[in-house]
Amino acid sequence: MSPENASLRELSDALAAGKLSSVELTQAFLDRIAAANPRLNAFITVDPEASLAEARRADERRASGTAGPLTGIPVAHKDIWCARGWRTTCGSRMLANFTSPYDAHVVERFAAAGAVLLGKCNMDEFAMGSSNETSWFGPVRNPWNPDFVPGGSSGGSAAAVAARLAPAATGTDTGGSIRQPAALCGISGLKPTYGIVSRYGMVAFASSLDQGGPFAKSAADLALLLNVMAGFDARDSTSLEREPEDYTRCLAEPVAGASAGRPLAGLRLGLPRQYFGEGLSPDVARAVEAALAELRALGATTKAIDLPASDLAVPAYYVIAPAEASSNLSRFDGVRYGHRAAEYGDLIDMYCRTRAEGFGAEVKRRILIGTYVLSHGYYDAYYLKAQRIRRLIADDFARAFGEVDMIAGPTSPTVAFRLGAKTADPVQMYLNDIYTIPANLAGLPGLSIPAGFGEGGLPVGLQLVGNYFDEARMLGVGHQFQRVTDWHERVPPGY
Amino acid sequence: MKWETVIGLEVHAQLSTRAKIFSGAPTAFGAAPNTQACAVDIALPGVLPVLNRGAVERAIRFGLAIGATVNRTSIFARKNYFYPDLPKGYQISQYERPIVEGGAIRIVTGAGEKTIRLTRAHLEEDAGKSLHEDFHGMSGIDLNRAGTPLLEIVSEPDMRSAEEAVAYARALHTLVRWIDICDGNMQEGSFRCDANVSVRPAGVAALGTRCEIKNLNSFRFLERAIEHEVRRQIAVIEDGGRIVQETRLYDPDRDETRSMRSKEEAHDYRYFPDPDLLPLVVPAAWIERVRAELPELPEAKRDRYVREWGVTAYDAATLTQSREMAGYFEDVVAAGVEAKLAANWVMGELAAALNRSGLEIGASPVASGALAGLLARIRDNTISGKIAKEVFDAMWAGEGTADEIIERRGLRQITDAAAIEKLVDEVLAANPKSVEEYRAGKEKAFNALVGQVMKATKGKANPAAVNELLKRKLSG
Repeated sequence: MSPENASLRELSDALAAGKLSSVELTQAFLDRIAAANPRLNAFITVDPEASLAEARRADERRASGTAGPLTGIPVAHKDIWCARGWRTTCGSRMLANFTSPYDAHVVERFAAAGAVLLGKCNMDEFAMGSSNETSWFGPVRNPWNPDFVPGGSSGGSAAAVAARLAPAATGTDTGGSIRQPAALCGISGLKPTYGIVSRYGMVAFASSLDQGGPFAKSAADLALLLNVMAGFDARDSTSLEREPEDYTRCLAEPVAGASAGRPLAGLRLGLPRQYFGEGLSPDVARAVEAALAELRALGATTKAIDLPASDLAVPAYYVIAPAEASSNLSRFDGVRYGHRAAEYGDLIDMYCRTRAEGFGAEVKRRILIGTYVLSHGYYDAYYLKAQRIRRLIADDFARAFGEVDMIAGPTSPTVAFRLGAKTADPVQMYLNDIYTIPANLAGLPGLSIPAGFGEGGLPVGLQLVGNYFDEARMLGVGHQFQRVTDWHERVPPGY
Repeated sequence: MKWETVIGLEVHAQLSTRAKIFSGAPTAFGAAPNTQACAVDIALPGVLPVLNRGAVERAIRFGLAIGATVNRTSIFARKNYFYPDLPKGYQISQYERPIVEGGAIRIVTGAGEKTIRLTRAHLEEDAGKSLHEDFHGMSGIDLNRAGTPLLEIVSEPDMRSAEEAVAYARALHTLVRWIDICDGNMQEGSFRCDANVSVRPAGVAALGTRCEIKNLNSFRFLERAIEHEVRRQIAVIEDGGRIVQETRLYDPDRDETRSMRSKEEAHDYRYFPDPDLLPLVVPAAWIERVRAELPELPEAKRDRYVREWGVTAYDAATLTQSREMAGYFEDVVAAGVEAKLAANWVMGELAAALNRSGLEIGASPVASGALAGLLARIRDNTISGKIAKEVFDAMWAGEGTADEIIERRGLRQITDAAAIEKLVDEVLAANPKSVEEYRAGKEKAFNALVGQVMKATKGKANPAAVNELLKRKLSG
């Protein structure tokens, strides 16, 4: 077993059996990063000494017998999570000099589990983007083809896991920022139900939509990671206080009483007509249809459903998310931390220059949109109306879950596109998230798993959207699919 | 032309929670700059607000105390604007759905009693402070105050004079301390007033254009600023000008208001519900618990003192200016002292002595029980009211209880009729002129003779007994 292709369970067993130390494992991944990152640009910050120190502590913990399943396993964090002593840039010049004095809840949870912080991953600036091209630190390359984007905004995390530079990584998903890059890089990614993973310490983009989640090769790995990431946090008022769950509990048997040969027997999958119509690339459609056939072979039934408000999701999202962002990003004013213009006249000039220099074009565009839609006289026409659409979209899903157990479809309408192909046309860029945004607006969990390859040998993702808190069963369905397919085990050539 | 003044007040009362409204940092006043500002207060990337239930409970208490509606659901909104002492670039406040709506407060002025209606009261966070001195062309930012909980209390434009505005502000000031939600310290900014002032020709129903005066941190400034602003507005209109809606700043040093920003320059605050905070839902049981724990309120006490104890309305108002004073007074009455006598002493000797020493009533060296002990000695004729004042001073100085001091100093009234008669005879013999004058019809001469007797007894004779005896002797 080569560690980079091993599952988290296999790595955990190897560490437990003493076949491997965390220091060796961490060093192996650091070596891979050193070799590949100049090409991929998946990491913004790597600090081998800090990581190896954590690995040594993990080995001590293993030795003392207090290890958990993830103790000693390296995990990369999207650079949106504050980690004490680590530079936390959010992909922006604005925070290029910001070292966090505190840990995000998610970072704390991984540290408490004994995971090793392997580095901070590149991302679209302030998580605004679908291609990882808006990063101040440069674009991330897709490991399957360096001329293509990895998706975004968590492009660095997805590329790192796909290129086997990290066994697992964290991301955040506001409109598809975990699921879309997971699909475009050929790995598994989960956006949990809103409120399951604390947002404390995650640099806010759109607070009512942002949700952290894991990236890994497989659904089974995601379950182990979610066990660590999820949990109530009193510091986040939108964090849900629930009994802790074991998200691995449905891996072996997602449908109670189903036979081993047909483990998904009884599972009703809804296929939204709106997700299979115009705009869906034929190559993606073919791969998704094949994956659905596989799921049917496992016992699932599929039926067409309607999510009539789907058309309104992208416009509503591009009102709500920029509105919240315009306010969330006001704190970056050059007064207390982060970038401040070197030369300025009065206070207003300091603000203007600082923000003009510190933010990139996409961030500015969204701040402008958000400021506009919240302005006096426009609020009702835009923000309030968008919130009403949001309710319609949630109602669509509620109706759908009256007749099906889960919704299946493509994660993204196309495979990865070339760097620069869509940078001149923001609307085309925004349409990448047409299938992922509705789950954010409704607060529902969404899973993307590898489902084959399309044009140019680039990966295709299958998306499952479940009802609230249905993550364990969704991961079970994903796991059963991955028992009979090997798309998730495919490694990009050269890695 | 005769003008009518219309005033509405916005009061920011700092709620007396130990921690801030959305973080765990302490709220104590006067700490070194930026030592009481945590990650949330300085708005580091990624931090989130968590509502302090103590602040909510205080707002509920206020709402119940003024007979307002406590909204079961209220919404926190973001008020967006850039300022260096506003770390997030927005203030978390309540906009469309405040926690408290309606209610009223009764005020007493020279013209009598009046009811002032309240519009609303909402929870919000305070900003930090910009410090422009001592930084040589730069500004310092102190974020200790950032995130301090405030209750913004907005009145209807029901006041018609600076006097009424001050009476309202004072009534509010009394109330917030009474129900223990705000320390009321105006120097430290715990209780700040903004006044909306307009004038209109008497008899006209439509409101004039208003100006908002900010920065009124004492009742005196409130009164003077309103008076100045009313004069200014009348002068502008009478000179043929128009009042421009604007925010004005009161400068106490020059006793004038000056323009801060016009309506056109006003910010577009882009209010929207804060997605980091869920709607604030207050269960009925919470409201009922707070209601059950409310103390008797000043207005109710005032009415009760008048109705049950025959205290005058004026005295009742004075006695209920603070909960401590009312409590002290009630304790004295509870110890068996007649209410009017207790009221006279609490508002008279005690208040004067406290004032001289700069003490709050809670720190009085003469406790309520001790004062009741003294007043009992007046009632049972052991000492006169005049001697009682001497005893009170000795008690204030810590010389012991009333009885101890009376004994030690031999201040007991002389009630022995024979002893008093002997002294009366001596005084009459020694003052033939006064006796003659009295008999000639001069009442004053009688008082002089009483004074002589009292002097001879060092004030210890019972004045009533002396009077009676003298009258008998002189008419005999």
